[in-house]
Order: sequence, then structure tokens, then C-alpha cells
Amino acid sequence: MTRLNVDARASAGGLSDLSIRNLFIIPTIAFLIIFNVFPLIYSLATAFTDYRASTSTPSNWVGLDNFRELLSDPNIWRNFTITAKYVIISVTGQLFVGFGLAMLLNRPIPLKGLITTLLLLPMMMSPAVVGLFWKLLYDPSFGIINYFLGLGKFEWLADPQMALYAVAMVDIWMWSPFVMLLSLAGLSAVPKHLYEAAEIDRAGPFYTFFRITLPLVAPILLIAIIFRTMEAFKTFDHAYILSTQPTTELIAIRLYKMAFLEWQTGMSSAFAYIVLIVVVAITNIYVKYLNKAKAR
Amino acid sequence: MNRSFYRLLAGAAAVALSAPTAMSQELTIFWAEWDPANYLQELVNEYEAETGVVVTVETTPWSDFQTKAFTEFNAKGSAYDMIVGDSQWLGSASEAGHYVDMTEFFAANNLTEIMAPATVKYYAEYPGNSGKYWAVPAEGDAVGWSYRKDWFEDSAEMAAFKEKYGYDLAVPQDWKQLIDIAEFFHRPDENRYGVAIYTDNSYDAMVMGIENALFSYGGGLGDYESYQVEGILNSDKSIEGLEAYRKLYSFTPPGWSKTFFVENNQAITEGLAAMSMNYFAFFPALVNPATNPHAAHTGFFANPKGPYGDQFAALGGQGISVVAYSENQEESFKFLEWFIKEETQKRWAELGGYTAHAATLESEEFRNATPYNEAFFQTMFMVKDFWAVPEYAELLTAANTRLYPYIVGGEGNAKEVLDALAADWVETFKKYGRVQ
Repeated sequence: MTRLNVDARASAGGLSDLSIRNLFIIPTIAFLIIFNVFPLIYSLATAFTDYRASTSTPSNWVGLDNFRELLSDPNIWRNFTITAKYVIISVTGQLFVGFGLAMLLNRPIPLKGLITTLLLLPMMMSPAVVGLFWKLLYDPSFGIINYFLGLGKFEWLADPQMALYAVAMVDIWMWSPFVMLLSLAGLSAVPKHLYEAAEIDRAGPFYTFFRITLPLVAPILLIAIIFRTMEAFKTFDHAYILSTQPTTELIAIRLYKMAFLEWQTGMSSAFAYIVLIVVVAITNIYVKYLNKAKAR
Repeated sequence: MNRSFYRLLAGAAAVALSAPTAMSQELTIFWAEWDPANYLQELVNEYEAETGVVVTVETTPWSDFQTKAFTEFNAKGSAYDMIVGDSQWLGSASEAGHYVDMTEFFAANNLTEIMAPATVKYYAEYPGNSGKYWAVPAEGDAVGWSYRKDWFEDSAEMAAFKEKYGYDLAVPQDWKQLIDIAEFFHRPDENRYGVAIYTDNSYDAMVMGIENALFSYGGGLGDYESYQVEGILNSDKSIEGLEAYRKLYSFTPPGWSKTFFVENNQAITEGLAAMSMNYFAFFPALVNPATNPHAAHTGFFANPKGPYGDQFAALGGQGISVVAYSENQEESFKFLEWFIKEETQKRWAELGGYTAHAATLESEEFRNATPYNEAFFQTMFMVKDFWAVPEYAELLTAANTRLYPYIVGGEGNAKEVLDALAADWVETFKKYGRVQ
């Protein structure tokens, strides 16, 4: 490995390797500090006050009152429940669809490259745009979903029971390609000789899948689940556009309303930290399982 | 050479330094992106022609208007000199010091007399009955109704209606007739529906729609001076009004679960519904054959009265406020002095703006200018608004959360919904020290 020579003069201008390295890194670090670290610390401080950004009156320290109020508000618990349900439906759907697609693509087929590229298109689109055109697809009068499923004028987004599933289906459509991509990477890393050995021993497809494929791809799948769970918790764009039903009010939507419609800045900062803690806790659980899977 | 160069440099510096004073005065008015903003831009171009002051009406979509405005206010930015803000913001913006107090301006120009009383009360005054004013009523607006005259005047339809309901099919005089007519024209097999109403709960659309029923049934949102909610919001009359609105929802086209002004106009332009509620500001599009193929058959009426004789409509509209952080406050007030002149208000009405100027509103010329102006004139003297308190957004959020599942999802009943909402609002008012 080439070691950095701190004294080396890289150019006639007299900059050392170390200086050049710093010149490249410092702007990024400064950007991270200004736009990530500072807001994180500032909003933590705000979470313990009754600050409202819409007024010029000074804020007051309220200690844990914001957290207490949020955690004892049944509406907030309802938002968490709805979000948890949404995350489970969405991530499970993405896992099955994404991994299924990867299994189908993990073989020599004609136009494999083109098909893979086309399948990746949904996740490259803007979530807001996706929300808008899926709203049209779900339209009870002229939407093609009802047409192809023969559901007449069923109102997906107006039905309090079905609206959340409708929003989750959009997320599954959009992010299954991400899971597919990771799964393909995992599947292609499985040593071929294991399958050959299984074939020689006359192992059936189910045995091969559950004893060879799945255990070896599990770490990659867990990584995909970690990423998708974290993202699903933060879902806002397409959910907000598709439906404003109380039964589809995810945490991010409630947080947006609290922060930017009601201007309860202190309370919404506290809420954001509660969400952060929840996501970090869930991620830690996944990482523990990931480490166990890797160790095996 | 060097001397010439330095002389040139000095000359350029002099020009650069004098440039700001040589440029003309500019004002920026911030408003939501809709037709009245375009009309205002046309109007202010005439101010520029008269005075040389360039006035730009900057707009943003309705969904972003509040967020963008308050973000600029919170940053104490001077991007906007004036704003045509929503009436609900009066309390929030004035208490936060974002608006300039216009009480002296009102007194000097006798605005409480020359503007329609309801517009002064709801667009300008905060707190209620305080005599303190924060905005010049600019765009009067309220909810009215459009309808398909050809459907109403069809002889076969008229005969069938009379046979079924026992009275003549005509513009509804009360909410019972409104519901009967909606039921009569609701024919999903023919792709015809009875009515189009507001159901969008992302901001205030659905609540404004419900207000038309609530107020006309004799109900209310509460006492705006004492902040009493119990017994008013969940009174028997309010419950009846909410039930009437829910009944109307059952006669809307399919997929009518998140609708506002765009969809409600489409209900008429696409020949979907017999009647459609909308703010008067959106009716010009309905009389334009280029945007409405049924323009020749579209009529308008004011919100009908309720069963107990009350007749009110939900107030829309906005007033122009001077932003406290503007660097051109003096120039802004000069503009407003021009804006409130009778000839300017007449011109504003001619261009399509909805004047709040009482004399212009009452004139025969205005009332006959368009097919909907008469209904607008009648409505502007019977309007009521939502709470204009600083915590109005929390009240709206609670209202949307409680009302939407009942109206669109049919969950629960009107009494349970309004009892729960009343409890929510009482808690909010207690939190902000409005009640004990």
C-alpha cells in the first residue's frame, strides 16, 4: 500500500500530499457539520423547549414535558401503530418480490441486462411523481388497477381499511428493485460447487434453497431489510400525495404537520428524536441478527 | 496609460455606487398561485404606469403558501413587502409581530366604512372586536354553488322531480332541497352524480365545506370572544349540519375523497355533477367556453338557508398586509392608498378580482357584470369564518382528523365526532391559556 508522504511536494505550487488530502476532505466535513451535526445538536436542544418558529417570543425550557406529552398522546401512538403496520407490510412485500425477482434473474436468460435495467426504473423515479401517477392508477372511475382486477369502482384511497395497503403497494413497487439488486449480488456470490454437490447428492430444489441459498444470502437480505426498514419509517412523499386519511397518517406526515403547519417546533423536535431512537433501536436488533448470521 | 486606466476605474465605481439610486422603486406582493393573483398583477401594472413603482406579485402553490410565507417571516426576511395572507393567519402573524399594525391607516382612510363589514371583521381585525387592524381587505371570497341549468330546466326532469318530491325543480332555497336535488340527479349508471363538495383534509378545504352546512343549520364553531366550544360546536344544530354534509357526500362522484377547487370545477366542466360547491374566485373559469364546454348552461346560486332560517356561507378571501420586515413600508402604504380608491376597486372588479369595497359591491354594474356576481354580492353579507387565533392550525388538524373518517369513511356518528372534536379544541385552548 502506498503511504502518504507528508513532505512530498505534489506540484510547483508547493502543496504537500497531506494538504491536498485535507483540501478534499475539509469541505465535505464542513458540509456535514453545518447541515448534519449542527442541526442534530440544535434540534436536541430545541426538543426541551416550547419554541415555536412562527413567533418571535423567546422560548422557555420545559424539560421533558414535550416527550411526556407526546408519549401520553393516544394519537401519536396511533401514528406509531399505523407506521409499524406499514413498515411490516411494505418491507415484507419488498423482500418477497425483490428476492423472487432476483431468483428468477439469477440464471442465463436472453436480454438479462435489459430486463434488469428496466426492473430498476421504479426506484430511480421521484417519489412525488410516483405518488401522483399511482393516484391516477387507483382512480375508481378510470384507473387501470380496478379495470384489470375487475373491481368496478372500488375506492382504494378512500376506503379507511384499504388505503394503507394501497400506499404500501406503491412502496413495494418502487423499492423491490433495490432488494432485487442486493439479492442478485448475494446470489451471484454463492459458490457454484455447492449446487453441483447438492445435485450430485440428489438434493431437491426446496432443500437446496433452504440449506444452501438462503443461509448464504441471509446476511445480504438482512442488510436490505435494515435499509428498507429505516427508509420505510421515514416515508413521506408518496404517502402524503396519495392519501391524507387518518388511517394513512404515518409518523413522517404527522411530524411534518406538527413542524410546518402547526409550527410546534420544540414539540416536533422532541417527536423527531423519539422516532430516531425507535429507528436506532430496531436497527440494532437487526444488526445483532446480522452478526449472528455472518458468524454462522 | 496608467492614469487613464485609473480614471476609467473611478468612473465605473461611481456608476456602480449610484446604480441603486438610479433604479426605480420596487415592491413585491406575495400571494398564492391562482387566477386572482394574475388579475392583481394586471392591476398593479397600472400602478407602475402611474407612479413608476414596479410591483411584482410573486406566487406559490396554495399547498406551499403558508409554509413559505411563515418561513420567510420567521427568518425576518425582507423578500416580500406585502402579503395577501389567509384570514386564519391574522392572529398568528399579528401576535408574532410579522404584520404592521394598520389601525391608524384604517382610521385615516375610513376603511371600516368603505369596505364590506364582514371583510373588515374577518380579513382585517384581530383580536375580534378589538378595533385593531392588520390587513386591507383585498380579495373578497366565499363559497357558492354552480349548477347545470340545462339539467334543471329539462322538462322531463322537472316532471319526474315534481312527481317524486312534490315541488318544482329549481335553484334550491334551503338545504333540504339541495339534498333532494342531489339525490335526484345521482345516477351512477349514467355517469351522472348529484353534487361535488370539498373533501380535501390536507389543509382547510373540507372544513370550509362543512362550515357551509354547519353555519346554515344554525350551528357554529364556538364563541370567538370567550373561546367557548362545548354546546356550540357539538350543539344539536351543528350535529344536524354535519349529518347533512355527510348525506351530500353520498351523492358525489366516485373517487371524491380528496377534492378541492380543481376537482369541484371539473365536476361541472366534465359534466359529472348537477351542482358543485366552490369559492367564487374559481367561477370565472366556469363561464369561459374555452375552459367549460357547458359554460352556456352553468348557473350559480348562494349557499341556501338551513331548516331554521339561518343562511351563511364559509368565508374565503384575503387581505393585504404590510410585512414588518419590509424595507419599503412607506412605499407599501402609498400603494395601499391607491389600491383602496374607488376607481381602483372598480378596475379590480373589472379585471376579475373580487372587491371588498362596499359601494362597488352594491352597484348594479358589479352585480350584473357576471352570472355569479349577484350570488357573490348576496353571500358577502352573510359570511362566517374559521377561528383566526394563532393556534388555528392545531384546531384545523384536529378537525381534519375527527371529521374526515365520518364524512368520507362513514365511521362513527356526527354526535360522537363533534363531541370528540369539541374536547380536542378545549384542550388546545387550555394549552394556550385561552380557557381555564
